[in-house]
Amino acid sequence: MPEALLQLKNICYSYHSLSVETPALCNVSFHINPGEFVAIVGPSGCGKSTLLSIIAGLLEPEEGTIQFHNPDGSLHYPKIGYMLQRDHLFEWRTVYQNAILGLEIGKKMTKENTDRVLQLMKDYDLYKFKDKKPSELSGGMKQRAALIRTLALNPQLLLLDEPFSALDYQTRLMVSADICQIIRKSGKTALLITHDLSEAVSLADRIIILSRRPATVKIEVPIHLTLTEDSPLASRNAPEFQYYFNLLWEALSDEKNEAAKS
Amino acid sequence: MKKTKPQRVNELTKQEAFVKKHKQYHHRISSCRIFIFLSFLILWELAAYAGWIDAFFFSSPSRVVRCLIELMTEKSLMMHIGITLFETLLSFILVIVIGMGTATLLWYSAGVSEVLEPYLVVLNSLPKSALAPLFIVWLGTGTPTIIVAGVSVALFGSIISLYTGFRQVDKEKITLIYTLGGSKKDAFGKVVLPASIPTILSTMKVNIGLALVGVVIGEFLAARRGLGYLIIYGTQVFQMHMVITSILLLCIIAMGLYLTIQWLEHYYKKHL
Repeated sequence: MPEALLQLKNICYSYHSLSVETPALCNVSFHINPGEFVAIVGPSGCGKSTLLSIIAGLLEPEEGTIQFHNPDGSLHYPKIGYMLQRDHLFEWRTVYQNAILGLEIGKKMTKENTDRVLQLMKDYDLYKFKDKKPSELSGGMKQRAALIRTLALNPQLLLLDEPFSALDYQTRLMVSADICQIIRKSGKTALLITHDLSEAVSLADRIIILSRRPATVKIEVPIHLTLTEDSPLASRNAPEFQYYFNLLWEALSDEKNEAAKS
Repeated sequence: MKKTKPQRVNELTKQEAFVKKHKQYHHRISSCRIFIFLSFLILWELAAYAGWIDAFFFSSPSRVVRCLIELMTEKSLMMHIGITLFETLLSFILVIVIGMGTATLLWYSAGVSEVLEPYLVVLNSLPKSALAPLFIVWLGTGTPTIIVAGVSVALFGSIISLYTGFRQVDKEKITLIYTLGGSKKDAFGKVVLPASIPTILSTMKVNIGLALVGVVIGEFLAARRGLGYLIIYGTQVFQMHMVITSILLLCIIAMGLYLTIQWLEHYYKKHL
């Protein structure tokens, strides 16, 4: 068993207003191994995005610890790429200028880095659109451009916050397949948030189900699919797919029923 | 092939018909505008000629033209126009610079903006002409007073609208900058400022007019030169032609300034 890249222990977080305290996360603990693709599924509004913001370092947890064990043995905060729900490509920049935004901000505009961005654009069929405005791209291409912007900083851990939710169903299947391939090929560790069960089963190595608010880890389900070819579309036809889907569905339905009772 | 060809011709004529209709519409709009302008001039001239209105008080287009030539040759009109224009542009530039600076500061610090908010609201709604006599006492009569008057009319409103514009920028875009490891300065430079250019341009459009208003108020009270001075001087010596000519010139200046900013806006949109 390799040492976990990321280890969360008893993370708690609440939102405060003058009249009430709304607990969002309560004793959330889990780990992610290097190279693993983990999906987090939970009822809507259960604090999934809060969790990602905490891992990304945008929010400070009120209780609990986050530990990183980098492959080289060091404990420093790894480079984390965070992909938001919408692509947020800036209309006043070209596609290429959008892709290098992170490099510009981090003052890492070296030839090596920009060459890598250009190579990524070539690999994912965006090179001929590099001087176009984002509005001229299709939904899937925009999402790929946003991924390249995230990958440009060469992160060790990718956080994906429902990155496909703004796309229509057909595009969504294509793009999630696409992006999953890109991430797997580059050997990155990824943490995906989604509310789409079939998406989670087809993409992830392991699924973590969160309870309703305040969220805590309900169950963890490792996914093992018998595959003839490795693609998310093929995995939807795997014999075990339905089993996992039902398992997760029941776990989530329990949550809904309990919420209705209380 | 034979079938598609006539269809394409047909489509082209439909497109042409559309363009023709569009052009006709805009033609009609322009002719209506010119018609209103010309009938006003003709009616005015006629009314003065026939004695329906007293030309001594209400002047007439022909008298305005005569007065314009007289002012040009004998009263150095160009100098007056130039002075007003210069003071307006200087006020406008000061408003933009100070306004942008203050709005940026307010965006950076939520605390400062909350502290200053009631002051800005009061200063914005205060009639600035009420301050003009004070400016005269403090700064004397002359260009500084007029510039300060011009700035004071436009400044507070533009700070408020610029700051509101900055605040309306999509929060998630700012989060994106933070996820890429950026600072608040990056968020301002890479997102807030470029996203606010349309707001900045529309604020400029309003401000150039307001700066002119302030400058003319200033010239009424504290000047020996400029179109505002000509208006006051004209009233004092009962030369209504001079007053009306100056007002018409102010109309033209206001329109010219507005069109300049509008052209800038078009240029920006085209080159975005």
